[in-house]
Amino acid sequence: MPLEPLLWLIPLPPLVAFFVILLFTRSHRRLSHTLAIGLLAVSWLLAMIVFAGAVRTEGLAKHPIQSSIPWLPTGSTVFAIGTLIDPLGAVTLFFVAWTLLAIFVYSVGYHNFGQPRGEHDTPGLPPHGAHSKDGSGQEHSVPSVEPLYSRFFAFISLFAFGMLLLVVSDNLLTLFVGWEIMGLCSYLLIGFWYGKDSAKRAAVKAFLTTRVGDVFMLLGLSTLYAQTGTLSYRTLFSHEVLARLVEAPSYIPGLSMAALAGLLLFMGTVGKSAQWPLHVWLPDAMEGPTPVSALIHAATMVSAGVYLIVRSFPLLTAGLEHGSSFTLSVIAFIGAFSALFAATIALAQNDIKRVLAYSTISQLGYMVAAVGIGAYVAAAFHLLTHAFFKALLFLGSGSVIHGMEHGVAATSPGAAHAVPGQGGPAGVLHTGNHHVDAQDMFNMGGLRRRMPITFATFLIGGLALSGFPLITAGFWSKDEILADAFGHGHLVVFMTLSLSALLTAFYTARQITLTFLGEARTEEARHAHESVWTMTAPLVLLSVFAIAAGWVGIPEHFPGLGGIVPNWFHEFVGSTLGEAPEAVAFSAVPLLTSIGVALTGLGLGWLVYRRVPAGAPDPVARALGPVHTLLKNKYYFDELYDLTLVRPLRWFGETFVYQWVDRGLIDGILHGIGRLAGALGSFFRRAIDLPVINGFGDLVGESTKRAGRSLRVLQTGRVQQYLLIGLINVVVVGALLFYLSALRP
Amino acid sequence: MVPLSWYLIVAAALFCLGLYGVLARRNSVAILMGIELMLNAVNLNLVAFWRYLEPARMSGQVFAVMVFAVAAAEAAVGLALIISLYRLRRTVVADEADLLRG
Repeated sequence: MPLEPLLWLIPLPPLVAFFVILLFTRSHRRLSHTLAIGLLAVSWLLAMIVFAGAVRTEGLAKHPIQSSIPWLPTGSTVFAIGTLIDPLGAVTLFFVAWTLLAIFVYSVGYHNFGQPRGEHDTPGLPPHGAHSKDGSGQEHSVPSVEPLYSRFFAFISLFAFGMLLLVVSDNLLTLFVGWEIMGLCSYLLIGFWYGKDSAKRAAVKAFLTTRVGDVFMLLGLSTLYAQTGTLSYRTLFSHEVLARLVEAPSYIPGLSMAALAGLLLFMGTVGKSAQWPLHVWLPDAMEGPTPVSALIHAATMVSAGVYLIVRSFPLLTAGLEHGSSFTLSVIAFIGAFSALFAATIALAQNDIKRVLAYSTISQLGYMVAAVGIGAYVAAAFHLLTHAFFKALLFLGSGSVIHGMEHGVAATSPGAAHAVPGQGGPAGVLHTGNHHVDAQDMFNMGGLRRRMPITFATFLIGGLALSGFPLITAGFWSKDEILADAFGHGHLVVFMTLSLSALLTAFYTARQITLTFLGEARTEEARHAHESVWTMTAPLVLLSVFAIAAGWVGIPEHFPGLGGIVPNWFHEFVGSTLGEAPEAVAFSAVPLLTSIGVALTGLGLGWLVYRRVPAGAPDPVARALGPVHTLLKNKYYFDELYDLTLVRPLRWFGETFVYQWVDRGLIDGILHGIGRLAGALGSFFRRAIDLPVINGFGDLVGESTKRAGRSLRVLQTGRVQQYLLIGLINVVVVGALLFYLSALRP
Repeated sequence: MVPLSWYLIVAAALFCLGLYGVLARRNSVAILMGIELMLNAVNLNLVAFWRYLEPARMSGQVFAVMVFAVAAAEAAVGLALIISLYRLRRTVVADEADLLRG
């Protein structure tokens, strides 16, 4: 079967789902999610067929699955758009399809499908819960279904379309289209609970911050198109075109066109993948529903940034043989810095989702740094494994939050009859107490007994994130990055990444220990409840990948395990550029470092946090003192941006532009013109219109009337008088004529 | 033979009589009779000029016949008008029918 037509079809089913749900099935929840998941499953199936075909194709890198159509005639050339699957695309398609499917299914449970509608629920706010009576007439409060249930599935379907479009695209323009569709969906879904002020602000913040990166990226695309007349990967990243770009000087002295375009594209990555200094939007994006955090802000959309720089790797390295590695140095610096920077912030966050958000920034920083040191295969590998284990962690945290919301204390009067220590019927809320933050890890503890499946899967995800040796996928991908950094002599990057790996392991242990181990610190945690199967099944699925995804990339020279499974990933993805990069020679230093930091971090984290009593402060806070405050406040970056950008811009907008320029200057000019025109008008009216025009008109009318009045006496109505007058006239005229004719000779 | 001018003098006198009647009489029927006199004065002129100046052509006589016909029609319409005026105003005095006064 030819795979090219299938490739075109992959993104389309979710788009159909989006329109059908939005236009027709909004009020039918079951139909909406069936459509969304069913059509996504079609995409998933197509993606798997294409993936299987791609893996089996010999020399896929040289002869990728591709086809294109002429789309936009621009002057003498025609802009062609098309689809392309090469090894990198195939791998990306694989993890995107799987995570999308898992998260779609998870959303059904997360939004409490099958539960009654809440009495006080309003669209735009998270559901509060409903009251229902069981058989014995006892009243329970149970979770209620999300009021905008169908809309959620419409939005994530549109998102799936954007992501799949980005992956199958064969040129930077359609990639950018998918990129922007995802940006829109991100905005819509962060602000899904638009009734919450914080969610609204977070949505706008995310949209505007990524916009900064996107504008630069668009500039990069325009530069490339202006210089080369094409945006298709195959043409653009060919040797001749790249050589031309390297030769061409850019507008900035000392920088070639290739370097400039590379930097501009990288700015897009910085925005989308939330790298320093545009990282501020991602933690706030956690205001959205948890599936959104997992899908958009961990697994797929933020990975698109890394996908872009891996994709444009030939462009980034184009100037290397001439010794200009400026672009790569910038990328390595930003990536490594973000990795460390975000990892330190994650140490001091108490919100379970925020820790994961900073961890995402940190891990994306890892990949960016890997691209910066030239290890793009390692970056793609970490992209793959990270998508699985980070989606798993987010979904696990969503499950935890859900469980926490199920259980509150016997302190609430409505739940007084709930038997302490025993869960009621599935889905019964024990809580009426909404003052306890269900996302604060210090309110949790001991959840391993209450939520065993969530605990097991979260543990797997957490170990993968911290790079627990040998069994987790995260270990292999992270180890490969470290080995590359060490092997190619980027010692600074190596040290930075090792340090952030240590911190990663530490905060992961902190998170797992605080959440699942020890004793419950609140009544909510004591009554927490395992989630429904639609939520736990995706967790199990993703945890399988969080372990198994690493097996495809075990280095050949690894002691003991190397060579048992061939290093398929390295060969497959490494061939994307034509010649596979040489595998780094094995060295014990990065391996031991990697194992060492993971185990040390995990152990330390467990030791520090294993006995935190209820209400106690963070033990690390005392040790670090003011540094902890600095970390807790995220290095005051929000405040800094507020002070240096938001407020001046707001002042510029409100006071300068609105009050002064708009109201004062422009309105002033307009009002001046208006007043002048008014004065001129009334002058013309008094001086010309009234006396001359009106006077003339009145004169004609009045004089006609006067003439009529004076002539009406002639109209006697007496026939004989008329005749007499006629006679006199005839006589006079006759006499006159006679006289005149007599005069003539 | 009687000279042409005699006929013309008689016709002019007849016309003036008719005109005087039209202008001076108060009775509408008398005014109508004055009009008939004027028409016949014109007829006399037409016939006289035909006989003396163009006897070979018939146009003078034809004109006279035409005038008779018009006069008859005019008399019929005029009398009908007078009757309806009488029905409306109970008078046939022309001065009192001043509906069109300005």
